[in-house]
Amino acid sequence: MPTESGTAAHNGTPPSPKRSVQTDTTARADTTARADTTAQTDTTAQAATTVQAEDLRPTKISDVPPLVLDHVSKVFKVRGRGRGSVTAVDDVSFTLRPGAAVALVGASGSGKSTLANMITGSDRPTSGSITFGDIEVSRLRSRGLRRYHREVQMVFQDPYGALNPLHTVGYTVARPCQNFLGMSAKAADQRVHELLETVGLTPPEQFAAKLPHQLSGGQRQRVVIARALACDPGLIVADEPVSMLDVSLRSGVLRLLSKLRAERGLSLLYITHDLLSARVVTDEILVLNGGRLVESGVTKDVLQHPQDPYTVQLLDAVPNPFAAANGAHAANI
Amino acid sequence: MLSTVPPPTEAPGVGSTIPIHSGSSVPGPLLFLGRALRTLWSNSKARIGLVLFALFILVALFASLLAPHSPTATNFKPYLGPSAANLFGTTGNGQDVFSQFLYGGRVSLLVGLSAGIGATFVAVTLGLISGYRPGAVDNVLSFVTNLALVIPGLPLMIILAAYFPSRSVWTIVLVVTLTSWATGARVIRSQAVTLRTREFVTSAVFSGERLGRVVFREILPNMTSLVAGSFFGAATAAVMAEASLEFLGLGNPATVSWGTILYQAQQQNALLTGQWLMVFAPGLAIALLALSFTLINFGVDALSNPRLREK
Amino acid sequence: MALLSARGVNVVYEPNRGTRIWSVRDVDLDLAEGEFVGLVGESGCGKSTLGYALTRMQRPPARLESGQITFDGTDIAKLEGEDLRRQRRNGFALVLQSGMNALNPVRTIEHHLRDILRAHQREGENWSTAAVQRRGAELLDKVGLDASVLRRYPHELSGGMRQRIVIALALSLDPRLIVFDEPTTALDVIVQGAVMQTIKQLQRENGFTALLISHDLGVVLEATDRVLVMYAGRIVEDQPSADLLTGPHHPYTEALLSCYADPRADVVKLAGIAGSPPDLSLSDDGCPFAPRCVHAEDVCRRTDPPLTPLGRGRAACHVRAREAGVLMKGAAGAH
Repeated sequence: MPTESGTAAHNGTPPSPKRSVQTDTTARADTTARADTTAQTDTTAQAATTVQAEDLRPTKISDVPPLVLDHVSKVFKVRGRGRGSVTAVDDVSFTLRPGAAVALVGASGSGKSTLANMITGSDRPTSGSITFGDIEVSRLRSRGLRRYHREVQMVFQDPYGALNPLHTVGYTVARPCQNFLGMSAKAADQRVHELLETVGLTPPEQFAAKLPHQLSGGQRQRVVIARALACDPGLIVADEPVSMLDVSLRSGVLRLLSKLRAERGLSLLYITHDLLSARVVTDEILVLNGGRLVESGVTKDVLQHPQDPYTVQLLDAVPNPFAAANGAHAANI
Repeated sequence: MLSTVPPPTEAPGVGSTIPIHSGSSVPGPLLFLGRALRTLWSNSKARIGLVLFALFILVALFASLLAPHSPTATNFKPYLGPSAANLFGTTGNGQDVFSQFLYGGRVSLLVGLSAGIGATFVAVTLGLISGYRPGAVDNVLSFVTNLALVIPGLPLMIILAAYFPSRSVWTIVLVVTLTSWATGARVIRSQAVTLRTREFVTSAVFSGERLGRVVFREILPNMTSLVAGSFFGAATAAVMAEASLEFLGLGNPATVSWGTILYQAQQQNALLTGQWLMVFAPGLAIALLALSFTLINFGVDALSNPRLREK
Repeated sequence: MALLSARGVNVVYEPNRGTRIWSVRDVDLDLAEGEFVGLVGESGCGKSTLGYALTRMQRPPARLESGQITFDGTDIAKLEGEDLRRQRRNGFALVLQSGMNALNPVRTIEHHLRDILRAHQREGENWSTAAVQRRGAELLDKVGLDASVLRRYPHELSGGMRQRIVIALALSLDPRLIVFDEPTTALDVIVQGAVMQTIKQLQRENGFTALLISHDLGVVLEATDRVLVMYAGRIVEDQPSADLLTGPHHPYTEALLSCYADPRADVVKLAGIAGSPPDLSLSDDGCPFAPRCVHAEDVCRRTDPPLTPLGRGRAACHVRAREAGVLMKGAAGAH
């Protein structure tokens, strides 16, 4: 597993002594933590919570089929006051190549959630088609849909709502193993422990017995990811997975997603309004405005040289005092 | 809208709870009941209710040991006031009121709990079906529910009881069940509608769960408080309804219950003849039983909220 | 003299069946007239609790346990009831996180304004309908809305508009201090920028003292003159915004800054902070950040560092204070 040895040059300045100290001594800091917090803390070292854009390259050739959207539209009829109809998604076409990580960005109302729902089969397009390999997603019914979920899983936005408050972590993560992989209870338990380790929730036995309200937001989100991974899907649709988390917890989860994508050859559709996390996790970006695809391309290129005025608007909306400062900051230490 | 400000700091769990569905083993209903009782006990009001309820159950169970005489034996002189032999006096037929009072709790409890369970069962079934699947089914069931809500309960009960071919305790249970399910159904439907859009339900569907499991293992457990509250509400109403029907003479006159004691009291103008205990005792008992259910209801919120369970 | 001074403010959170949670611990701060100060921290750090306490808006189970809050010379920590209410007129106001929740859905905007103006009516003032409408138009214009909005209901307006209205209502009594609690968090990302611009402009034009509470360091650094960083209920750093960006003193601030980056840069690296925030129901000795701090030493685990003058502001860190040659516990620091 690639470690952050010799922390990559930050904006060209040589690695500062403090930063390399950081990666070495974090282990010590963790063991000196107070008993109470250690029991609650997952023991991922600092290195594993840092994520760098374009850093984790896929190491496995993906055998996941491509996801193809062909002129997909969704029109909602609005009742009352005779307002007619709302076009949530307007003629969107794109292909998600095997093993690719693509960001779908836009502000609220841009149609990205509707599009996500159609891709996961929770909703059906009014026109156009969505195909995943040879599965016609737009035509799936309940049994076919269940089989589809074995391949395409979702990571939800709200860590506080995505887990049933009355079920333990172990139960929640075991269910897909039992449903999709036909595992017995014992086998499922074993797999649950493996999955919890993969997402960094160690010791897994302890976490498997916990109820959601006993976990922090970041930990809950990791459980959600573990559950999504349980059936070994080919495509993960992540809908704003970190926007409700504290900033200090985001990179850990983002790194986890990147790592999983790289190691397992998963395709990742990352939906967000946050361009920073999109930059860090994805290679390509699609910008949606009012249901239409207004710009697409390599993430870095689009963010550095945006063409569409809406993209520019999105970039400018977020205050960015870090642009010049980060360079100065690194130099200071 | 997006909000990155989650609920306030949660103290780490004391871990006193055994979860409903741990890993792969499913604990039996006894374990669930045991934990439910512990949860209720931790609420001060519910505790009083539980104690009261337990008292009633004990008296009803051991009535044969506690009662000095048989409730139906007509050995005594009628219309007597309270005395050493007959603590509450006697009825117009020469029966001992105190013994009747002790045995009477059985009927009230039986009807209260049975009708409560019956009404709640109907309410949960209809509410869940109606709430989870929007569309034609929901529309029809909602209409039926609304209809049942609109019809006044007691008058309907009276009519049904009066025209029923057989007169027995079970008639009353049936009648009360048929007239009390609607409120619970409405409430449960609303909650089901709210819960079905929650992400953990969608998440369960993504985990491959089938409809039955989604409804009974994901949605219903989160409604435990509501169902329990609904049950105790229905039981309270059932106790009152049973007493009312017996008092009106619509029950089986051979039954011994608090309601029939009141019926007798009314027939023999108990208050005028100074047999005020004959009115007061059963009346108070009915009120206290209903009160115990209401008090227990204060503690049911914690059943669905694991956070409230911790001390 | 500072407009608002807090000394030794402690707020305790006592849920019915739970343990006591020390939400705000020993906070000392000063807000000068016309200053725009930011209060930043992550969830559970106590920033909203502090904001509410400073405006005396905290409700049970939160309780102002001890401390002095001096607003324009008066200790408002001791005030209750009518006296407190009177302070709100020409005193301080609070803008809440979600305009959707702050506005009564069955009342027009004009009604909201009339409510406020009449409730705090002074001797000789007469808030007739015409007067209310005039004031309304004036306030709405300040936040960039048309006067016709007065006649609308909250559900007819967008999220951004509702938030601007909440701000306009806060301005209605000409407060000298406004506390903004996550004013843009519940809004769409593009609208966020616009509303923050409005807030900055208002603060410049009207000169009120503003306290901006947010979890978003970027927003705070861009809008404010000075930033207070909170961790585990305490203020751990207090610096001018420009200084904080280029040279943070407290290790937590440093770590927090490395969680942000410019998405447009050639190399984008995001860090996180390992571990989790401490349990506020336990009162341990020592620096709250010590378990997660790479520079932590024995003294850090033994004693809670007080806020000490460092740089052009203050920071609560044993290690940094020693490095700067500054004595802790209020001795005149030389640097």
